[in-house]
Amino acid sequence: MTWASAADFFAMGGYGVYVWGSFGVTAACIALEIAVLAARRRGALRELPVTGSRADSP
Amino acid sequence: MAINWFKYSSPASFYPLAGRLTPWFFATAALLVIAGLYISFFVAPTDAQQGEAYRIIFIHVPAAWMSMFIYVVMAMWAGIGLAFNTRLSSMVASALAPTGALMTFIALWTGSLWGKPMWGTWWVWDARLTSELILLFLYFGFMSLQAAIDDPRRADKAGAVIALVGVVNVPIIYFSVKWWNTLHQGASVSLTRSPTMAKTMLLGMLVMALAFWMYSIAVMLMRVRAIMLERERNSDWVKALEERRP
Repeated sequence: MTWASAADFFAMGGYGVYVWGSFGVTAACIALEIAVLAARRRGALRELPVTGSRADSP
Repeated sequence: MAINWFKYSSPASFYPLAGRLTPWFFATAALLVIAGLYISFFVAPTDAQQGEAYRIIFIHVPAAWMSMFIYVVMAMWAGIGLAFNTRLSSMVASALAPTGALMTFIALWTGSLWGKPMWGTWWVWDARLTSELILLFLYFGFMSLQAAIDDPRRADKAGAVIALVGVVNVPIIYFSVKWWNTLHQGASVSLTRSPTMAKTMLLGMLVMALAFWMYSIAVMLMRVRAIMLERERNSDWVKALEERRP
């Protein structure tokens, strides 16, 4: 095991800012992309033209 | 077993197929990310020269690979759409661009955070970094050009031209560390010789690369489904969709 403690793990041998800055921003980008896509799909479904037979249910 | 692949070249049959496949690609990506992160932080040893800072490699290299690979795939589908006038191919190309741009951004961002402690600078106008930045602008150019043209089929064609012309940049990025004297290090993994890194480091990088690959396919499928709904909202197959129900 490389790490003696949790603090040791987060410190990344003094490079914590760079390592976590890389992994953190990547994770945020991925979360944002999925959220934007889910919103785009909801928007696309909302914009579909209303057809008579399907619009009657509440 | 005979599969009629042409069946899936129409949006009407590709839409439900993409919907069924998406969760599987996300699940595979998630499992690979968990395995990849475990190897990256708990199996791979500390680097003798760079200490723990080298662990940025586990996202930097996969993101950089994907940024180039997605561009080539995007240009290929755009080209097929241009040559054969198949609208689904062009939609796939449009669906790949934002994810390709994201991968390029991640490669540049993590490279910058790696460059600061190792080279002493966030950025340098070196051949590898500059050509990767041009790749980001090519993605932006493709997306903004398509966004600026109202008619989707004309936007597809204009985008395909810029995508195909831009392909020339991909080998420039890849070979830049060989052709020019760059600050960026040479390839750690190449097809012609054995890798110059510890086996567990290489394994972590490959698992993460596979995870990024599966993720990219999953979000591409999600995005192409949204594009299909947006573009074909008045078509019969969209009108017949189950999920239209409020």
